[in-house]
Amino acid sequence: MRIDEQPGMSGFRTLLYKEVLRFWKVLVQTVGAPVLTALLYLLIFSHVLEDHVHVYPGVSYTAFLMPGLIMMSLLQNAFANSSSSLIQSKITGNIVFVLLPPLSYLEFFMAYLLAALIRGFTVGLGVLLVGLFFADIEMRHPFWILVFALASGAVFACMGIIAGIWANQYDNLAAVQNFIIMPLTFLSGVFYSIHSLPPFWQSVSHFNPVFYMIDGFRAGFFGHSDVDPWLSLAVVLPFVFLLGGITLRLLKSGYKLRH
Amino acid sequence: MRAAVRLRGLEKRFARVHALRGIDLDIQEGEFFALLGPNGAGKTTLISILAGLTRASAGSVEIMGFDVTAQYRDARRALGVVPQELVYDPFFTVRETLRLQSGYFGLRRNDDWIDELLANLGLTDKADSYTRLLSGGMKRRVLVAQALVHKPPVIVLDEPTAGVDVELRQSLWSFIRRLNRQGHTIVLTTHYLDEAEMLCERVAMLREGQIVALDRTANLLQAGAERRLLLDLDTPDLPDFLRPRLQGRDGNHYILDLPDSADLEGILAQLRAAGIGIRDLALRQPDLEQVFLKIMHAHR
Repeated sequence: MRIDEQPGMSGFRTLLYKEVLRFWKVLVQTVGAPVLTALLYLLIFSHVLEDHVHVYPGVSYTAFLMPGLIMMSLLQNAFANSSSSLIQSKITGNIVFVLLPPLSYLEFFMAYLLAALIRGFTVGLGVLLVGLFFADIEMRHPFWILVFALASGAVFACMGIIAGIWANQYDNLAAVQNFIIMPLTFLSGVFYSIHSLPPFWQSVSHFNPVFYMIDGFRAGFFGHSDVDPWLSLAVVLPFVFLLGGITLRLLKSGYKLRH
Repeated sequence: MRAAVRLRGLEKRFARVHALRGIDLDIQEGEFFALLGPNGAGKTTLISILAGLTRASAGSVEIMGFDVTAQYRDARRALGVVPQELVYDPFFTVRETLRLQSGYFGLRRNDDWIDELLANLGLTDKADSYTRLLSGGMKRRVLVAQALVHKPPVIVLDEPTAGVDVELRQSLWSFIRRLNRQGHTIVLTTHYLDEAEMLCERVAMLREGQIVALDRTANLLQAGAERRLLLDLDTPDLPDFLRPRLQGRDGNHYILDLPDSADLEGILAQLRAAGIGIRDLALRQPDLEQVFLKIMHAHR
């Protein structure tokens, strides 16, 4: 009998494959549902506001809304993927299947991070494809689109890993989703330009890192943004390193995983 | 022969519990070894440390000569663990689960061995079923298959037969024995002491985080438990020469101490000489359960 042993990356590849397969098997729930939610936002907000709000010259409100919805869906689903996978594995106990093999904490991190990004990108792409039926969307600077999608998705994927490790029960995770993730994404300029806000709320918005994620992402589509995309990147990138560092540190220490 | 598992000065303290208190233990390659103890003795903590699921507070642990912390990749490749809890991933079929587990260990094209495992564990016709849909006993078999998927030289079975029917228990032990004959080291924890007695060459007994007995099973049985002679006689009273041996009564039977089975002939001769008839006679052999209870009682 022959078994081919592939030390190196095989463990990481398998864990990544398993994490992708996990959400792929329930695609209706993990991709279809968030795309439908985004579509409902698009239909309702564009119907109500299309003729009342003009943010950038030559850009319809529906077109303006699209990048925000794509990014919001991407971020929420990147978070949901890593956090729900970890909490489910912890609660059902099958986390031992990935703790017993010779996987390093770095492989563990990369697999959960990439799987979360793949889910986020799949949902984001789904929202984009559906949105194309409702608005003409141009992509003037694909570089910014890709950079902000990757960096922002990575931040939320790391937040998902941290929350999944920290949470002891589904309630804990729901609290993070409802009290941190939802307000951060909803109050970030998905549905409006912060220039339409009163000065106080404009200032408050500048303390929300998700505002820079969405604004930079939107700059990639229209070439217009509330702040310079380089400034947005300068805000977002430190969060990538900060949250990535915290996640790696937690995984290395075995916090709440290896007692 | 080298140690498959080597523990030195192993300590584990949780916030309020001192779970392991300086364990020194060598389990030799190829041994079938039992780790016994009452609930809370530290067996599962010890196994979790072997598996890297729990980190020791002090001391060292080696699997096949690899330190479980510094050389964790080699140590984990050398170890297969069947966990006590009935855990499974609801998203995957049995075959998917085993393929994934193979991949985590860096193994591809492992289907020949997976098929052999499925056949030996009576899971062939369940290969494409979702694990969540299987019965408890079947789920337990999948866990055993998962632990063996990378052919580890050391296999740890933490209560593998809990909730498992007799037929599976027999086939499981037959399979594990075969693996042991092929050279795999087996470490078993169980509350079924008859299984440990039947299967294991050596036994360690844990109580409150310490090893209170460690010897060959035969030696423990020899030294630790008493052989009893049960006699039902046709006289109303026990003859005087047997009174020093009397331990109690069980219905019509006198329970007599019989430390050396060679004494039996003399007892029978004396009864014959006294004209006392024997209505029934039985020998109660020492078993590991008696030894276990005696040792646990002594260390209370």
